[in-house]
Amino acid sequence: MSGVRFTLDGRAVEAREGESILQAAQRHGIDIPHLCYKDGLRADGNCRACVVEIGGDRALAPSCCRAPAAGMQVQARSARAVAAQKMVLELLKSDMPDEAVRADSELDDWAQRMGVGVPRFPRRAQPAADASHPAIAVRLDACIQCTRCLRACRELQVNDVIGYAHRGEIVFDFGDPLGASSCVGCGECVAACPTGALLPATGSLPLGGGKTVDSLCPYCGVGCQVTYRVRDNRIVAAEGRDGPANHGRLCVKGRFGYDYVRHPQRLLKPLIRKPGAVKSVDNTLADFREASWEEALDFAADGLKRIRQRHGKYALAGFGSAKGSNEEAYLFQKLVRTGFGTNNVDHCTRLCHASSVAALLEGIGSGAVSNPVADVQHADVIIVIGANPTVNHPVAATWMKNAAERGVKLIVMDPRETELARHAAYSLQFKPDSDVALLNAIAHVIVTEGLVNERFIAGRTEGYEAFRENVLRTPPEAVEKLCGVDAAAIRSVARTYARARAAMIFWGMGVSQHTHGTDNVRCLIALALMTGQIGRPGTGLHPLRGQNNVQGASDAGLIPMMLPDYGRVADDAVRVRFEKLWGAALDPKPGLTVVEILDAARRGEIRGMYIMGENPAMSDPDLAHARAGLAKLEHLVVQDLFLTETAALADVVLPASAFAEKTGSFTNTDRTVQLGRAAIDPPGEVRQDLWIVQELARRLGLGWNYAGPREVFEEMRGAMPSIAGVAWERLAREGAVTYPCLEEDAPGEPVIFTDRFPTANGRGKFVPAEFRPAAELPDADYPLVLITGRVLEHWHTGAMTRRSEALDALEPAAHIDVNPDDLCALGCKAGEFVTLETRRGKVSARARADAGLARGTVFMPFCYAEAAANLLTNPVLDPFGKIPEFKYCAVKLTPVPGCPLPVV
Amino acid sequence: MSRRHLNPVPSVAIEEVRALVGAGTLRRDLLIEYLHRLQDSYGFLSADHLAALAEAMKLSRAEVYEVATFYHHFDVVREGEATPPPLTVRVCNSVACEMAGANELLDGLRAALGDRVRVRAVPCVGRCECAPVAVVGRNPVGEADVRAVQWAIDAGAVDAPLPEARGLADYRAAGGYRLYADCVAGRRGAEDVIAALESANLRGLGGAGFPAGRKWRVVCGMPAPRLMAVNIDEGEPGTFKDRYYLERDPHRFLEGMLIAAWAVGIAKIYIYLRDEYAGLRTMLGEELDALRAAFPNAPETELRRGAGAYVCGEESAMIESIEGRRGQPRLRPPYVAETGLFGRPTLEHNMETLYWVREIVERGAAWFASQGRRGRKGLRSFSVSGRVVKPGVHLAPAGITLRELVDEFCEGMLPGHELYAYLPGGASGGILPASLAGLPLDFDTLNEHGCFIGSAAITVLSQQDSARAVALNAMRFFAHESCGKCTPCRVGTAKAAILMEREAWDVPLLKELAQTMQDASICGLGQAAPNPLLSVMRFFPHELEGGK
Ligand SMILES: Cc1cc2nc3c(=O)[nH]c(=O)nc-3n(C[C@H](O)[C@H](O)[C@H](O)COP(=O)(O)O)c2cc1C
Ligand code: SF4
Ligand code: SF4
Ligand code: SF4
Ligand code: FES
Repeated sequence: MSGVRFTLDGRAVEAREGESILQAAQRHGIDIPHLCYKDGLRADGNCRACVVEIGGDRALAPSCCRAPAAGMQVQARSARAVAAQKMVLELLKSDMPDEAVRADSELDDWAQRMGVGVPRFPRRAQPAADASHPAIAVRLDACIQCTRCLRACRELQVNDVIGYAHRGEIVFDFGDPLGASSCVGCGECVAACPTGALLPATGSLPLGGGKTVDSLCPYCGVGCQVTYRVRDNRIVAAEGRDGPANHGRLCVKGRFGYDYVRHPQRLLKPLIRKPGAVKSVDNTLADFREASWEEALDFAADGLKRIRQRHGKYALAGFGSAKGSNEEAYLFQKLVRTGFGTNNVDHCTRLCHASSVAALLEGIGSGAVSNPVADVQHADVIIVIGANPTVNHPVAATWMKNAAERGVKLIVMDPRETELARHAAYSLQFKPDSDVALLNAIAHVIVTEGLVNERFIAGRTEGYEAFRENVLRTPPEAVEKLCGVDAAAIRSVARTYARARAAMIFWGMGVSQHTHGTDNVRCLIALALMTGQIGRPGTGLHPLRGQNNVQGASDAGLIPMMLPDYGRVADDAVRVRFEKLWGAALDPKPGLTVVEILDAARRGEIRGMYIMGENPAMSDPDLAHARAGLAKLEHLVVQDLFLTETAALADVVLPASAFAEKTGSFTNTDRTVQLGRAAIDPPGEVRQDLWIVQELARRLGLGWNYAGPREVFEEMRGAMPSIAGVAWERLAREGAVTYPCLEEDAPGEPVIFTDRFPTANGRGKFVPAEFRPAAELPDADYPLVLITGRVLEHWHTGAMTRRSEALDALEPAAHIDVNPDDLCALGCKAGEFVTLETRRGKVSARARADAGLARGTVFMPFCYAEAAANLLTNPVLDPFGKIPEFKYCAVKLTPVPGCPLPVV
Repeated sequence: MSRRHLNPVPSVAIEEVRALVGAGTLRRDLLIEYLHRLQDSYGFLSADHLAALAEAMKLSRAEVYEVATFYHHFDVVREGEATPPPLTVRVCNSVACEMAGANELLDGLRAALGDRVRVRAVPCVGRCECAPVAVVGRNPVGEADVRAVQWAIDAGAVDAPLPEARGLADYRAAGGYRLYADCVAGRRGAEDVIAALESANLRGLGGAGFPAGRKWRVVCGMPAPRLMAVNIDEGEPGTFKDRYYLERDPHRFLEGMLIAAWAVGIAKIYIYLRDEYAGLRTMLGEELDALRAAFPNAPETELRRGAGAYVCGEESAMIESIEGRRGQPRLRPPYVAETGLFGRPTLEHNMETLYWVREIVERGAAWFASQGRRGRKGLRSFSVSGRVVKPGVHLAPAGITLRELVDEFCEGMLPGHELYAYLPGGASGGILPASLAGLPLDFDTLNEHGCFIGSAAITVLSQQDSARAVALNAMRFFAHESCGKCTPCRVGTAKAAILMEREAWDVPLLKELAQTMQDASICGLGQAAPNPLLSVMRFFPHELEGGK
């Protein structure tokens, strides 16, 4: 459609469809002053700095909100318009503090450009500064009431913390200090504020100088694109970039959590354990001595070689990292497979989505998501089960909340009523452990009410009959008690999902981290297959991946039974292809998984390990045993940024480079490959991880010589058809390419399974599942259920985030979340210390009251070394995915006698 | 659902809130209604109650807080703050009451009542004919002095008396609702009715004077469902005509309302009544019940209660308020006729506009149109206050002059008072000097003098009064009542009030400021706010030179 022709300051111009006068003017080089308008935010038209004269109108009109009409006569620079524009700026400026809070205040900038002098009006009474928030400084004396922050908070991030109270006061919650409010620190308001009234606590950046580097956030699988501002080899700010997953948005970790790289505890030199220092997670730097790279690498390699010679290759194992790049993951698994000679290589995916991947591979032939998060905009129903995305995938959650605000029906199913439930049309707070029963009951309703998609079932699936027989046994009324959910609610949810034009299912570790995790996911797959809610935009199955590169690390073969791109090691044809490519013989025997490796270590079967960027001494279940396994190793090589709990048990520690110090590709939860670029140089003697891996490989007899990530990636493209079309140059140019991308000029496929599944016969497979209880049920001695998980501010085991000043200040201490009535029954108040005890261990921390928890359930995050929740967890595994049951074990809660007074 | 740092809401608070708002899903648009129930029951809004309400409504705390604090009649008490005393006396100190000694009354009451009663200065309560007015609890005391207020307090007379209005039965007995019945039965066509309004030249009596017939036509042409909003916010200082008619003959208005709804094809009607009219609220609620019983097929009608915000009389702000939000005007376009309440095309009318529908149709358009003087058409209900013998609502011909109005309808000036100036249209309509008391009073006739009649609220000033003081009173009123959305009004009114307090006015700066307020404010509040100020500079320059 052609645009609208109108006259602007005497010039004939054409506006594009949907453009405001302001936007059209901007495009034609006419800059109209504006403050409350910001690209990406809904135009609100409140500041009136942008008013223009429109022929035939009595009053002036805000150009940011007015659409041009054909033939309209607009004067942006008439004396009358300019007088008003300047007066607005002067009025606002008259209330500003003497010294600008932000060096690049938009108000000052416009005032200067428009020639507004010293304001002639007296200043208002000013509110006091609010320094209560560790990451965000509040200086409302510089506030111009433009509500950009409010719109960012409410309409972009849907956190709804900021309000416009009284007759023009920015407030948080009930007018609380920001630090005491429900603020989640996403900083979207800071990014939106034109004057610095909301500012990073680190203060205003001086004008000019420094550089910017386009990169990524190092934390979660959402994969937000970030621009780092760098000065003197330090990151001074992180800003959201317009990436496909975030479109400029960030969460508290991405925006404020970049400073861990310069933490004083950063390891700057290789370390070798001192003779006689007994291994313990409490070991400190004093138990190590510094060494040169030469010595440390030789020592590391010699130890591994020695074990290989003396005890055979099966005595070695490696843990790679989902925090590393694709290239690092690829080289790491290649090192283990060709250097150690076995498939004993795994990483933390085992602990998060192994069961999901097992069920997905079995059912639909691919472990990756079928549709990106952004597809919520095409859905009319969204199910989120066993996931707490506002905490663990915050920016992904914003898109879900945006959809819900637009009227998309959000269905949240979770044993904890989470923040997302506030936005949900249906919130089913089911009893922990009853997933399979609940999902089978939903399937039952879909079957018995004739809501199945017969055509899809007939044309694209197999095994439906057996599945049908199975779910017919579980009407909602039969599982009501077991699940703690009304049959009527189950029925409504089933109908809503099945009848939707397009419905998506998201899930997280609440689904996967069970001994029946694979069964849980089988049920979800079945729901999508029986209703045909897959293979189209706005439909499908999306396991929300945890780490920033857990998808990529898995793709790259950092898993014991699969080679890159998921060819099974046991499959001769696959193995032969890789043997040819790598010029080395490969072991056909699938390797051990994470928990199995540590078990084997405890039994003395695994004797040497190379662990890069993982912290199993915090992340694994039943830590006492996991740590014992690590401590028992004859030779442990750890490559990390800090002396983590795992590194404390090492024989040699190799100081690793941080995300911001290296370049590499990363694959987010949407299957989108993106480029992280080095923003700063590594400190001290720290070397690039790719270099370290290669040096070790060389010493293990592998003659590698990759000049950098690009060369590694080129080899990966040859080995992995799914990314064959993703050239490094393209990645650098486009910033993001979604695979499968088989050809160089292919656009990439955000939505897959459109006409077939990548299974042998192209059909999706129903796999019936029956309810099986968790391995350890509550009893008289351990009467409650413990759920473990994460908090918004801390990433995984906290190695990075607890060393980020703002993040650790926001959540500085371990806590145990308890239902308020349970807490009361215990005779405790929020803030007092309580103890959790299981058959495996015991930890104490302050209690928090959380009404979102049902009675009888407690929640504890696992990121606090000083009160490690995983001392408590049960190391039983799902038989298919080998994932431990982090989300369920029996626990006892007791008050800590004589505990200190609560700290508010 | 908990969020970091937020302790769970005490279950007592949840129970208390639920007891007032009911179980189950709550309506977002009823937020203000729910807040009223809490305020009525507890005398204030506690943080715990607000938190519980937010949770019950699935709203965030900020969303509830920003609405609660917008409205002057809600007392939000945050954690650790003192609760207000159980009784509040509100003393109007808008123009007419200030002229009648409201400020002295305020001082007297504060001294006499001490801490046990809260005394508040409030903007116009719509009873200017008996200024000064003090509202004890909900009981309006006219021509108030300290003794009368004290007496009301001691006697426990704190409830609003019920007006003795003509009820449904009486109204029907006198031929009421026959026209409506004819319409519904098809004995009259919508086109006839609309044509009658057009030829009678009935104009919107809320202030803007938009032709009523044309408005019906426009909304009629919009896609269904169409909604209707009736504006009884009557907040323009000096205006009390809507109250006057409602107190006497509510069904005449209600019949007009139903006819409009029928003619335009309205699916649902919302009546927005200012909170100050507590007695009317009870009465209207009862009459609406009776009406529903009598006409079960009439469109559903909801009575909504304002909460102390003049700006909610502005049509789009009122719509926001009915939707349960802060009463901030919307930007136009789109106009409320296209996108109004809940995003639907909306017919919005001042109550009095509808009040005349029956009579115009029954007596004929020509009758109404022929009522004016000096070529103007129709009747105007002037709310007269100030220095006249007989203040009150006077139904007079459009185009009448102030002098005629005072002499013919108000029995002249009060003894000892000579006409000095007058406000032709409340606080917004500017101030005219006695020398211009011969201008015809009607829509459009005062424009060249920088004034308008708006809701036809006339306040008469004498030589004892000062135009400058009145202008300052008005500007303070606007600063207090600005919704706070746009800069020219939010900051402009505040700055103007400070500048106007100064001994010497910075006339050029005030003129510049006034121009931007008129040009660039979003709604009529900010656009009209400088009118009195400009009038002083134009007609009363002597007052600025220490002349008075
Ligand atoms: C600040 C402001 C306050 C207003 N207050 C009222 C009011 O209290 N009552 C009213 O009927 N109209 C009021 N109006 C006018 C309404 O915006 C609107 O024009 C009117 O309700 C339309 O009805 P009508 O056409 O029947 O007059 C106000 C306008 C402004 C700008
Ligand atoms: S804090 Fe900043 S963004 Fe928010 S209203 Fe004030 S000036 Fe605007
Ligand atoms: S959502 Fe994830 S990727 Fe985005 S900023 Fe937050 S932690 Fe980083
Ligand atoms: S003119 Fe005043 S009342 Fe109207 S929108 Fe602007 S600030 Fe609000
Ligand atoms: S930028 Fe248009 S009104 Fe603020």
